[in-house]
Amino acid sequence: MEIRRRNDQIELSELDPFLAELLRQIPTSADPSGVPAAEQRLFSPPTTGKQTDMCAEWKMYVEPELRRLFQTATETVAADLEQLNSNEKRFANRALRIPCKHADAWLSALNQARLVIAAKNNFTENELNDHLRSPIGSRRDLSLFQVNFYGFLQEFILREMDG
Amino acid sequence: MSCGPSKDNGGVTQIVGIRGLTRVSNEKAGTITTAEPTIEEETRSEEELDVPWQVVVHNDPVNLMSYVTMVFQRVFGYPREKAERHMLEVHHKGRSILWSGMRERAELYVQQLHGYLLLATLEKAC
Repeated sequence: MEIRRRNDQIELSELDPFLAELLRQIPTSADPSGVPAAEQRLFSPPTTGKQTDMCAEWKMYVEPELRRLFQTATETVAADLEQLNSNEKRFANRALRIPCKHADAWLSALNQARLVIAAKNNFTENELNDHLRSPIGSRRDLSLFQVNFYGFLQEFILREMDG
Repeated sequence: MSCGPSKDNGGVTQIVGIRGLTRVSNEKAGTITTAEPTIEEETRSEEELDVPWQVVVHNDPVNLMSYVTMVFQRVFGYPREKAERHMLEVHHKGRSILWSGMRERAELYVQQLHGYLLLATLEKAC
């Protein structure tokens, strides 16, 4: 895979089918439905104390806004990912062009996906920082690779936005 | 989010409840008197409501350091050095106080931080 900034786009080229599939999975991976730990992480309470009134108001007024915000981001990413569903040969390498104006949506969706996957798998800090981990040998290893791959994309997008 | 209290003569008066209509009946006279509703008021000192609130960001092993720094710059308008200092404080000490002041503004900051998926809470300053 190659990744570069080209004018007002971020271009991911030479995407092999495996990485293309991981990218396709961003919107579904970002969905916390049915996983209480992931729901709780994406919609965390606004206080650590016993201010139950504030938490109830937050759930009623703020949480729906946050849900909309997160959903808009994943929808934008899903629309960009349609490029990967062309009718070319199934196992051919692909390319993906992300408009720079979608960078915030991508950062959000990638972050949602990373948080949900980490919550689902209950990854420890040590696991998340272990970049020398052995090759993928289990579903858990694959999920960890997914978190790291999405993190790599986030880093690149952040660097490009900064520069 | 929070309803602002009404100010009254330097103190702060909040309506904390309204008792229902009081019905007083006099069977002999055959009359029913309905009293005006009584508004219960509670006065809190200005100082109590002006206690600063703190916006606290907590450590999270998933969010990238560069991402957290960018969020602090965007939300609070901090220069990169200051944003990085706070990010490192979160990373090493588990939490950092990013801002303190009035409650409404603090709530807004926490909402924005949650929008960026950071673990942020609102706390009353001691």
